[in-house]
Amino acid sequence: MSPLHRAAVLRASSIPVLAAVFAAVLIYAPSAARAQERAIPLPELRSGATFTGADVRAMQADDFSNPGMLWVERGQKLWSTPAGSGQSCASCHNDAKASMKGVAARYPAFDTAAKRLFNVEGRINACRVDRQKAEAFRPESEDLLALTAYVNHQSRGTPIKVAIDGSAREHYDRGRAFYYRRIGQMNMACATCHEQNFGKRLYAETISQGQPNAYPIYRLEWQTVGSLHRRLRSCLFGVRAELLPIGSPELLDLELFLAWRAEGLAIETPGVRR
Amino acid sequence: MADARIQVPPQVRRGESFEVKVSIRHAMETGYRVDDVGKPIPRNVIRELVCKYNGAEALRVDMSSGFAANPFLQFYLVARDSGELVFEWVDDTGTRGSERAAVNVAG
Repeated sequence: MSPLHRAAVLRASSIPVLAAVFAAVLIYAPSAARAQERAIPLPELRSGATFTGADVRAMQADDFSNPGMLWVERGQKLWSTPAGSGQSCASCHNDAKASMKGVAARYPAFDTAAKRLFNVEGRINACRVDRQKAEAFRPESEDLLALTAYVNHQSRGTPIKVAIDGSAREHYDRGRAFYYRRIGQMNMACATCHEQNFGKRLYAETISQGQPNAYPIYRLEWQTVGSLHRRLRSCLFGVRAELLPIGSPELLDLELFLAWRAEGLAIETPGVRR
Repeated sequence: MADARIQVPPQVRRGESFEVKVSIRHAMETGYRVDDVGKPIPRNVIRELVCKYNGAEALRVDMSSGFAANPFLQFYLVARDSGELVFEWVDDTGTRGSERAAVNVAG
């Protein structure tokens, strides 16, 4: 019996005041424990690649036929290209193969100095503005996608593990609340498809678990590389909800929850999806 | 903006054929699409791609709207002498791109 049902039963009893107190205790106590409950147990997590066809998986697996590698290579060039004050990423971070290894697996991360949550795109742009004294990349621009793909690619194979303690906790809680809230004209939550119905069909598509471990991805439908936030906007459009801007606080919080939810899944960047 | 990747075997034997793969980052805008406010997006595709093997033309492709974005081509050449493959292309805006790869012929 759920806490709400128990509360209703108690409220129907002959001592209404006591019932209300019980109800408050019953509703509050389990919700604190539930805040870190996993709807999909860790061993059952599946990358989006496993929901695609063999042809798409083969395209992703071969580094030459994977079109996302074109962006990774462009990112590699940008890594050592000076910007703004004349410094490149490599001026401080040296070889990305060593310095960026595993970084994507712990993002989004809360920066205590900047007092805000950063995803990899946000971190790159913060570095560009604060350290390189250059103009920030436009959201979803080719250069930002390329550099993000290059940075995330260095973590390929690393299992995701993000921190949700301390200041990150409120972001996680908001992201989790967003994930389970029904939104849009279709009145659907993220969980409606990606937790209750993954593996089933939605028209011609197989619904995946909605895991964030391969971004930026090359989507055949887009014919280009796109960020996780672009993909999330596709879902918002699908349920006829308000299209939140790329990089908005709501999508960042959701990204943190998704990363926590994907704990242990290996980074695949650049992924290929239909 | 165009970047390309070329793949040839690290070493090939004289007289034998070898596989060449090339993939170019290009939006290949068809000219049939409109933007968010209904304005047509002008066609911009790579209209010509030439591959030269040690200066001699080995492959010429006339491309059009039918090609997917980020075109991927795969073809075979017969190994003659060590040297290089040079790919050159031009799109509808007149933007030119090029990329090269070394060919090592043994025997």
